[in-house]
Amino acid sequence: MKTANRFVPFLMLGAAVMFARAPFMIHAAPMESTMGLIQKIFYFHVPAASATFLAAAVCGIASAMFLWRRTPAADHVAVSAAELAVVFGVIVLITGPLWARKAWGVWWQWDPRLTMTLVMWMVFVAYLLLRRFGGAGSEVLAAAVGLFGMALVPFIYISVNYWRTIHPTTDVVPSLPRAMAGPFWWSMFAFALLFAAILIVRIRLESSRAALEDAYAALED
Amino acid sequence: MSGFKRVMAAVVVVIVTTAAALLAQTTSGFEPATNLGKESLPAGPLLYTAYAIVWLVLIGYVFMLWRRLDRVEKELHEVAARVGSGKRS
Repeated sequence: MKTANRFVPFLMLGAAVMFARAPFMIHAAPMESTMGLIQKIFYFHVPAASATFLAAAVCGIASAMFLWRRTPAADHVAVSAAELAVVFGVIVLITGPLWARKAWGVWWQWDPRLTMTLVMWMVFVAYLLLRRFGGAGSEVLAAAVGLFGMALVPFIYISVNYWRTIHPTTDVVPSLPRAMAGPFWWSMFAFALLFAAILIVRIRLESSRAALEDAYAALED
Repeated sequence: MSGFKRVMAAVVVVIVTTAAALLAQTTSGFEPATNLGKESLPAGPLLYTAYAIVWLVLIGYVFMLWRRLDRVEKELHEVAARVGSGKRS
């Protein structure tokens, strides 16, 4: 973990530079033919959704490891990733309706992709509430919740291709023209750098909290 | 009037009344537009709001995370120092 902490300033600096440049690239990207200006929300909405899915996957895998081996390090990773899933999920659930208001004429549709994304976000909110108010032993129950959260990710991803939905399908990203693909992948990389930096710092916070509890316990003895 | 003619007359009456009811239904709730203005929802405010929220959420979260880490690590150093010197709070 100490090695990972050394990368944080570089990751943060890289993310800051990329986030500063991203609006200029997005501004220069061509307008989409049917949606026009509002389509440009896509350049931050999709990377935020990807970060949410990645956080959910990290939380689920770390939760599985914690349930199997009961190592505190796995628990620290799981709770940190769950918090990131909630933070990036907030961005997805706000930017999506802002796009939908113009593109669909409504803020929200109870469509499979949107509904399942909201449910997944609520699962991770439940995870954090469980950790905050669940008391002793809640980390085991929370790990099971984290696994359920991760299990939703593939269903959310394929939902647009298999169910009747008005959300754009997964074909959009692979078929992006070069002028749109550039700013999109730039934003994806910016979000990836920021995600990595924040996750490392958040895990450090969780480890420090655990060390603090141990120190208080030692003080009591 | 034969039975067939009676049935046909009844069918005609039903069709005419249903059509009249449907026509009345479609015309009663709507009125033709006159001087309809250009209907549009500007995308700019929605787009700028979206980007502003993304930046606010990310910067706010990073700032809060750093403050939480700073507070916990300071407390950890203090408690560790007390443990090291064998003092009780």
